[in-house]
Amino acid sequence: MAKKVVQIENVGQSFDTKKGKYVALRDVSLDIHEGESIALIGHSGCGKSTLLNLIAGLTLPSSGVMLCEGREIAGPGPERAVVFQNHSLLPWLTCFDNVYLAVERVFSAKEGKAKLKQRTHEALDLVGLTHAEAKYPHEISGGMKQRVGIARALSMQPRILLLDEPFGALDALTRANLQDELMKILAATRATMVMVTHDVDEAVLLSDRVVMLTNGPAATIGEILTVNIERPRDRLALAHDAHFGECRAEIMEFLYHKQLKRAA
Amino acid sequence: MTAAAIADRPMAGTDMGAEKLAASRNETGNAPMASVGTSVATQEAAQVDSTPVETSSGRGGEWLRAIGRAVFPPVLGLALLIGLWHVATINGGGIPSPGKTWDAAVILFSDPFYQEGPNDQGIGWNVLASLERVAIGFGIAAAVGIPAGFMIGRFAVLSQMLNPIISLLRPVSPLAWLPIGLLVFQRADPAATWTIFICSIWPMILNTAQGVTRVPQDYLNVARVLNLSEWKIFTKILFPAVLPYMLTGIRLSIGTAWLVIVAAEMLTGGVGIGFWVWDEWNNLKVEHIIIAIFVIGIVGLILEQMLMLIARRFTYEDR
Ligand SMILES: Nc1ncnc2c1ncn2[C@@H]1O[C@H](COP(=O)(O)OP(=O)(O)O)[C@@H](O)[C@H]1O
Ligand SMILES: [Mg+2]
Repeated sequence: MAKKVVQIENVGQSFDTKKGKYVALRDVSLDIHEGESIALIGHSGCGKSTLLNLIAGLTLPSSGVMLCEGREIAGPGPERAVVFQNHSLLPWLTCFDNVYLAVERVFSAKEGKAKLKQRTHEALDLVGLTHAEAKYPHEISGGMKQRVGIARALSMQPRILLLDEPFGALDALTRANLQDELMKILAATRATMVMVTHDVDEAVLLSDRVVMLTNGPAATIGEILTVNIERPRDRLALAHDAHFGECRAEIMEFLYHKQLKRAA
Repeated sequence: MTAAAIADRPMAGTDMGAEKLAASRNETGNAPMASVGTSVATQEAAQVDSTPVETSSGRGGEWLRAIGRAVFPPVLGLALLIGLWHVATINGGGIPSPGKTWDAAVILFSDPFYQEGPNDQGIGWNVLASLERVAIGFGIAAAVGIPAGFMIGRFAVLSQMLNPIISLLRPVSPLAWLPIGLLVFQRADPAATWTIFICSIWPMILNTAQGVTRVPQDYLNVARVLNLSEWKIFTKILFPAVLPYMLTGIRLSIGTAWLVIVAAEMLTGGVGIGFWVWDEWNNLKVEHIIIAIFVIGIVGLILEQMLMLIARRFTYEDR
């Protein structure tokens, strides 16, 4: 078995709200292995983003232990890059400068300006956006913005790529395109990935394991499904694949049968 | 460029990228990311350079008509105003007619920068003197108010401390502060500048502070995930995000400052457009007062438009 990159042990997260304490997550335990792709799936509001933010270090757990490469997660770090749901590009910077900001932060101590710029060019090339480097975020399409967000995350050469519903706001075709690209990039870079999604097909297509969260409050891991499909994966071939269908069915059963009843 | 030509390019890129990718997978092993060139583009690539080409025929006519549509109504409004004014003054009375005012204006603007002693200067000098006071008072207000706004927006304690004071002082007419200025500075000129400072500072503080509290959490999360330094956070996120709010504050300030300076100068005397209005009232040259009203209006309009232009330059479209 590959090395554990992230270890989550009995983690709970509660928030202080106006109506008192709200327990979002309880007893979450999960090991994420090197090079693994994990999809977090669950109904809206169950705590997927909360869990991802914990791994990112944007918030700290109320209880339990979170380790990244054996060390406690005390905050965000360059080895854990995040792609946000709404791309979160800075509108006053060009695509190039948005990526450069990340590159500069991670590598400027050791490398000169020319090398930093080269890294930025490479990251944008990786997502096929060389032609849009000089454009501002409002001048490009939603899919392209999301690519820049991915390029920004990749440019930091992270060990783990964390994505929070990265393609949620995109149309089906663009989404399929970006999913294929992401698979290629992950294969090429061998990065570990954790992706939040509410799309069953996306979860099965992209991940090695699908982690299903129960409904909140006090959500926890309900089931974990291992997806045994060879890579590289081809979405067209998979449409008729029996195992793919089984995986889908199992997740749907969890989401729409076991979990929906409790929500209703 | 035809659609086919556009669509061709990204396809070629995809193939090449896949090859490179396959090659690199064998040799890189555990290598870190981004050193691999997988150029995978889609139909989105086409979107960028396929801006619609305008048809050149009939563009000149369109253009002229557009200008006509934009210019005609305001000109009509102005003509109506002058017409009404003419009709109202046709039988004489205290208010001079448009014609008489125009003649006076021609004489006045033939030599706007004459200088005959401290109390008799051209209208140009008076306007410049007012603008100078506004610039100084306004500049100091910006230098104090904008940093103060940043602090108040950033630190909740400061905001709780100062908000009641600001709420109490803000509705007070700046002219009420004039005696305090006279007392402290012992001279009329800095006292007038002082009232400008007082009236300009509130919108700047409040708008800047509001801008700071409205910086989207997303951007701050980006800052945290990228681990940006405080300086980078300020220059790359906080300042650009707050800038539009700041400019709104500045625009509101300059509007009130220009309103207040006229009143303040009427009280303090000296050189300045406000004083000039008062002086011409004492001389009973009502046509000059009407000219002054137009001049004040036009200068205020120019100030406002200048700031609008700057503000538009720094307003970023989101999402
Ligand atoms: N900072 C917060 N303060 C209070 N409640 C929060 C906070 N963040 C998330 N929550 C609550 O925790 C639950 C899970 O949220 P989230 O993780 O965003 O769900 P999702 O699975 O849709 O990403 C929701 O009920 C949300 O209202
Ligand atoms: Mg979410």
